[in-house]
Amino acid sequence: MTAVLPVPAAHHASLPSVDQATSYRKRRRNWAPFFLTCTALVYLTVILLVPLAAVFVEALRRGVEFFFHSVAQPEALAAIRLTLLAAVIAVPLNLGFGIAAAWAIAKFDFRGKAVLITLIDLPFSVSPVIAGLVYVLVFGLQGWLGPWLSAHDIKIIFAVPGIVLATVFVTFPFVARELIPLMQAQGRQEEEAAVVLGARGWQIFWRVTLPNVKWGLLYGVVLCNARAMGEFGAVSVVSGHIRGLTNTLPLHVEILYNEYNSAAAFACASLLALLALVTLAIKTVLEHGYLKEHS
Amino acid sequence: MFKLKRASVLPGFPIAMGTTLLYLGLIVLVPLSAAFLKSFDQTWHQFAATVTSDRVLASFRLSFGAALIAALINGVFGLLVAWVLVRYRFWGRRLIDAMVDLPFALPTAVAGIALTAVYAENGWLGAPLAKLGVKVAFTPVGVLVALIFIGLPFVVRTVEPVLEELESELEEVAHSLGASPLQTFVRVIFPTILPALLTGFTLALARAIGEYGSVVFIAGNIPLVSEIAPLVIITKLEQYDYAGATAIAVVMLVASFVMLLLINLLQGWMRRRNGQERLVA
Repeated sequence: MTAVLPVPAAHHASLPSVDQATSYRKRRRNWAPFFLTCTALVYLTVILLVPLAAVFVEALRRGVEFFFHSVAQPEALAAIRLTLLAAVIAVPLNLGFGIAAAWAIAKFDFRGKAVLITLIDLPFSVSPVIAGLVYVLVFGLQGWLGPWLSAHDIKIIFAVPGIVLATVFVTFPFVARELIPLMQAQGRQEEEAAVVLGARGWQIFWRVTLPNVKWGLLYGVVLCNARAMGEFGAVSVVSGHIRGLTNTLPLHVEILYNEYNSAAAFACASLLALLALVTLAIKTVLEHGYLKEHS
Repeated sequence: MFKLKRASVLPGFPIAMGTTLLYLGLIVLVPLSAAFLKSFDQTWHQFAATVTSDRVLASFRLSFGAALIAALINGVFGLLVAWVLVRYRFWGRRLIDAMVDLPFALPTAVAGIALTAVYAENGWLGAPLAKLGVKVAFTPVGVLVALIFIGLPFVVRTVEPVLEELESELEEVAHSLGASPLQTFVRVIFPTILPALLTGFTLALARAIGEYGSVVFIAGNIPLVSEIAPLVIITKLEQYDYAGATAIAVVMLVASFVMLLLINLLQGWMRRRNGQERLVA
């Protein structure tokens, strides 16, 4: 057996010379980044920025006065109030759930953990329309609890509780899925040390765990809130579209748009677009805060 | 010995786990099982007749087909965007990076009416396209455009971190062994980011199949032509055809469960792949 395999001569010949190698690099540095960057920027402009700009341009098409007139209509204001109400209920509920789930999953070992994580992600892969439909099947007149609810004069579907429930469903995983990987990465030693030093229950959470995960927690809350205020499909199925009563802001946009009142629809839509931009800004700030603390 | 939970000194497991299971059950599992149980109210024959009717089949073809094409386009351009954002430095990069998440943050109804305004025959992009003979709004192409919009962040956000972690030594080795930039990309970089790319692709696909808000405005909703499956569910509900709506929903739910399983498998693959790389490095 030979210790060293002889390299075929042909292979030597195919190796690029140093000059060739630098010329490769030069060529790559010269045009490829420029070309790729331009393509990506043009693509993003067409896909993202043009539609975003269209919202604001269309909103102001009939002037600033008409814009303020549209968003100050009683029905628009009622829609804004309901949107805020749904978010104010859904976000804290899912925040509490997210903390509980992350505590159980990240700080303890138990069977079926992977299944539980998958089930928590489930609402993300369910169509929003189906999310609305399943609540109709449970609480609607034809549904499981329908007869009992109508006998006791409780309305859930085509009423505010249904809207809140649908919002809770679609925003269900947001906080949990930010917190679980973060708290898993933090490990348990700090909490265990706190127990040894005599800390109890909530004390451990407030003093040890929370400061470690605060950026991720806020991040999850911001995303959860954006989705809660912007949800359309699920809420549309359960709302019944009763003006001034069960219309959220996205549903109000739809009604105005379908009535060919495009300028008013875009005026209300621009409020939601502003919310999206604020969300992105807060998200970027939180990412910076997180990176600064962890570098 | 069979044990459900390993002992721990930390407190709060019963209450945290109890809250999690109770809330998960009440909000997600019980309502979702309602769809499956409700579908047993009808005979198999009725169920099959609903989901194989022309209108429903056409809507499935559109929802799944357009979602697949959109996810493929997002795979290609998402990879390009992630590459440019990670590798190159240019003015406004941070702003662009933040804007990639816009489809996550922008309410779908707003995206829907904005895309319709842009691609309508008198719109900014619709007018020049109409001159070329391409009609986008109120056709299946419009559905595709909306699905490309909402799927954009998935691929970018899954590929970006893997590209950032990529060892530049590997590329330098490939280069010094005589690989051209294209060869380096195809044989060294691409295999490493493939699991992440597939995960992003599947996430975008899963989201696009069930998408409703951004699509209904631009689709025109012509039965058999540009009507998506979620809209057929709503139409059936409005006609009080609960059995029909449930049958379509069950088919779509099964499809999303399969996708979810696929995503989990892919993420497992991704973790193993990246773990190995760290060992090698």
